[in-house]
Amino acid sequence: MAEKDKTEKGKTQYKLYVGKIEEGFVIDHITPGNGMKIYHDLGLDKLNCAVAIITNALSKKMGRKDMIKVEMPLRAYDLDIIAFLDHSATVDIIQNGEIIDRPKMELPREIRNVISCKNPRCITSTERELEHIFVLTDVKSGTYRCRYCETKYSAS
Amino acid sequence: MPRCLLSPLDLTVEELDELMDTAMDIMKDPEKYSHTMDGKVLATLFFEPSTRTRLSFEAAMLRLGGKTMGFHSADSSSATKGETVADTIRVMSQFADICAMRHPKEGAALVAAEKSDIPIINAGDGGHQHPTQTLTDLMTIKALKGHFDNLTVGMCGDLKFGRTVHSLIRALVRYENVKFIFISPKELMLPGYIRDDLLIRNNVEFREVTKLEDVLSELDLLYMTRVQRERFFNEEDYVRLKDFYILDRKKMELAGKDMLVLHPLPRVNEIATEIDDDPRAAYFKQVRYGMFIRMALILKLLDVKVK
Repeated sequence: MAEKDKTEKGKTQYKLYVGKIEEGFVIDHITPGNGMKIYHDLGLDKLNCAVAIITNALSKKMGRKDMIKVEMPLRAYDLDIIAFLDHSATVDIIQNGEIIDRPKMELPREIRNVISCKNPRCITSTERELEHIFVLTDVKSGTYRCRYCETKYSAS
Repeated sequence: MPRCLLSPLDLTVEELDELMDTAMDIMKDPEKYSHTMDGKVLATLFFEPSTRTRLSFEAAMLRLGGKTMGFHSADSSSATKGETVADTIRVMSQFADICAMRHPKEGAALVAAEKSDIPIINAGDGGHQHPTQTLTDLMTIKALKGHFDNLTVGMCGDLKFGRTVHSLIRALVRYENVKFIFISPKELMLPGYIRDDLLIRNNVEFREVTKLEDVLSELDLLYMTRVQRERFFNEEDYVRLKDFYILDRKKMELAGKDMLVLHPLPRVNEIATEIDDDPRAAYFKQVRYGMFIRMALILKLLDVKVK
């Protein structure tokens, strides 16, 4: 959070400060520039809790990275989708201010309504209220295909 | 979800064998089956025009003693009013006992099957799947070759958008030692989900070439396809590619004496009419086999057994 502060010479300056969270999770090591996308794709914008997005933070491992901190009561939250959204991202689960778990991220078998089929010939392009469902067809290469037309998902 | 046929892989190899046995039996003794569908109705929902497939389904149902109803293009359906596939099929489920559906969008048959109370037969969903054409092709091979194992199958023409090709490959890879030679211009080569996920993953032997003459002598079976205008967004590309391959008498001289020529029809220029009387040309017989296998399929999906 940005806070106003006075320097010794009496000038006003802003400091970037993101406090420690008591309960929730931290998505770390996000590829720089990818933080906002993950924020929206995970639906964090719809949660009624404090979320901090830090972009271009210094990282020993990556040079630069994005981070997302989410302060919320711990409950079942599907974080596997993160493995699909950003291969380098890691997740820390926080309770009482301490990391209690660092779950291994696995690609989800199915992704619903996060990504859309780009094949203009696919039924999802015209059928109203049809979910966009992608199925993991090859774990090794991380290939997802549209459940309806079987077109391979490509981010570009 | 009721028992449906959306892809050729919805049937096991054993079920396929059983289906072909039933079709052979129908051919031998059609009278025995002529009232098996009395009082039953087949809905033919064709959101995209088709003569052959629709009439084949209708002929199959009529020859089993049943009746048919439906529409022949999206223009004569509620799709023009904006009705979804899901709603159309929910309504049709109230009228009919079984449904054959063709739709220009890929995956439309799966949407229908998810919402239907009655068996859905995918009669073609865009460039994606066309399983009953595959049953027709398999039936033709079975009837004229007697087996599927150890065949070298050539597929020529539009291998990118040609759904009949994709469906047939999926079915044939389940048999022992079937080899493929794919003959197409670069622009119409097989899509990745067939080449990578099906052929390479299953260690199926295949080659991709551009010249038909070079491989004719190696083939037990040549499956010709039409370059389909409706699959192109760009008319210029269609014009450039439509006559890339033409099978004529001269080329047939390069082929073995037992090589079968199959084609899902309709043909345009890709097979010269001069070879229609060649005993290896099996594409018109194929149409008849298609009707008998559809009769067998209707019986199977409605779980009707005839002794």
